[in-house]
Amino acid sequence: MTFISNSLVVVRGLGKSYTRRRPISRKKYLVRAFEAVDLKIRRCSTLALVGESGAGKSSLARCLALLDKPSQGEIWYEGRSLTTLTKKNLFPLRREIQYIFQEPAESLNSRFTAREIIAEPLRIQREGTPVEQNERALALMELVGLSPDGADKRASEFSGGQKQRLAIARALALEPKLLILDESLSSLDPANQDMILALLAELQSSRSLTYVHISHDLQLVSRFADEVAVMHEGKILEQQSARALFSCPVHEHTRELLEAMPALEAILEELSA
Amino acid sequence: MRYIGRRLVHAMLLLVAISFFSFALLQIAPGDFFDAMRLNPQISAQTVNGIRSQYGLDRPFPERYARWMRSLVAGQLGFSLAYNSPVGPLLRARARNTLLLTGTATLLAWLLALPIGIWTAAKKGKLGDRIAGLATSTLLTIPDILLFLALLLLAVRTGWFPAGGMISSGGEDLGAWSRIKDVAFHLVLPALGLAVVMLPVLVRHIRSAMIDVLEAPFLRAARGHGIPHQRLLWRYALPVAANPLISLFGFSIATLLSASVLVEVILSWPGLGPLLVEAILARDVYVVVGVVMLSSIFLVAGNLVADMLLFAADPRIRVE
Repeated sequence: MTFISNSLVVVRGLGKSYTRRRPISRKKYLVRAFEAVDLKIRRCSTLALVGESGAGKSSLARCLALLDKPSQGEIWYEGRSLTTLTKKNLFPLRREIQYIFQEPAESLNSRFTAREIIAEPLRIQREGTPVEQNERALALMELVGLSPDGADKRASEFSGGQKQRLAIARALALEPKLLILDESLSSLDPANQDMILALLAELQSSRSLTYVHISHDLQLVSRFADEVAVMHEGKILEQQSARALFSCPVHEHTRELLEAMPALEAILEELSA
Repeated sequence: MRYIGRRLVHAMLLLVAISFFSFALLQIAPGDFFDAMRLNPQISAQTVNGIRSQYGLDRPFPERYARWMRSLVAGQLGFSLAYNSPVGPLLRARARNTLLLTGTATLLAWLLALPIGIWTAAKKGKLGDRIAGLATSTLLTIPDILLFLALLLLAVRTGWFPAGGMISSGGEDLGAWSRIKDVAFHLVLPALGLAVVMLPVLVRHIRSAMIDVLEAPFLRAARGHGIPHQRLLWRYALPVAANPLISLFGFSIATLLSASVLVEVILSWPGLGPLLVEAILARDVYVVVGVVMLSSIFLVAGNLVADMLLFAADPRIRVE
């Protein structure tokens, strides 16, 4: 099948619901985070997942990152179904899919030094000797634009932008193919956002990375996405190329989202240029 | 080092303040050791007053406090009227017994609470966690005294454990090893009782500290890298959750000390508890102040140890 070969990930009919209990009667009820999601993620491209908060973006991303088990549907990764794999068989796959969190500060263990944070996935996946792990960590620090002199500083001693760089270095340590960025840029100031966007773009071309970028910030998405999927109340409304979506959105809700965006005109000009 | 030095000075000042106030409060309280003697028609008022002045009880408060401080420095801590001996040596053996009891109980309580707390945090909301939650709240509602009386009843009815004391009669003649075994055997019930008093509080704190940490993104990240579950719990989550628990450790020593008075009296363990109760009833002032001082020292030392552990365990404090 041809579409599998140029898609890194194919998602079919994916759904996730959580069981909750009512406070007093303890009666069970279902909370649907998202349902019947179909997605294709092309190799070496960036898919942006947009939608207002509560639309189910993060839940979907967590399922893609193997952090959560979906309740129904299938995820195909390089022609393999991920949803049927056992914990043990998932273990080697975890190195190929990495997740970068919204809050860089909280996603780093504050008791670890920068060196330990970056080497942590290598240690967990038992890759290389401690010396090699350390060398890799230092090389990665340099790659993301951090001075290796700070390798023995603790996470809490870095600034917000530097922490996000650390998180990216950690995610890159295992040389993944798919990187999921869950609002990873929204807590940064514009200057830091620009620098990290440039870094991500460079890494994409040099390491043929595929990104899934979750954001509610359409302006950011317009600068950093090949394709955009719009989520609303747990469903994907449309998936289109970024240019097509911004110029002629199909769905009513997408239009509303776009109209709420301040600099739409400028973006359209930029995209057509 | 400066951190520890500051804490030490702080602790010393605290102890001086405690000594002053406990001494002052006992002076304000009406009556003294010789009041019972006054009621005896065969002893004249002059005789009683004579004895009182012999022991310095008729002196003004500042002078008595100064005298007591002097004897404190000499290690005597004043004079016990009921035992007719200096307080210091009297307290030493009792304090050793109390420390043995509370030390064992603390160790036992933490050894039980850590795995239970971590396990219930990892299984939050599941059946096991709910059962453990029910058990801890049940234990919390049982008054300590009822628990200790139940233990005493158990000992008396079944005869499995000694119903009190610290050594069997004639135990002094045994060899070193059998004596240790004998004391350990007597220790089981009171230590168990104290540990059970402490256990629910510890389990709840450990559980909630762990739950906070387990939901942190950096642990989710480690999980995303495929870390084994047990290693995640013990090596990653526990050190991060440890800070409030180390402070709790200092606090747990304080709680155990006050609970130990009760268990020592009920199961007649020869510690500070029974001594304190007798001394209060007899208005044996210096013994009371001595016991209060010793308890305060344990308490302050417990907190100091917790602070030092915190200093050793958390690299971030050292950076500042």
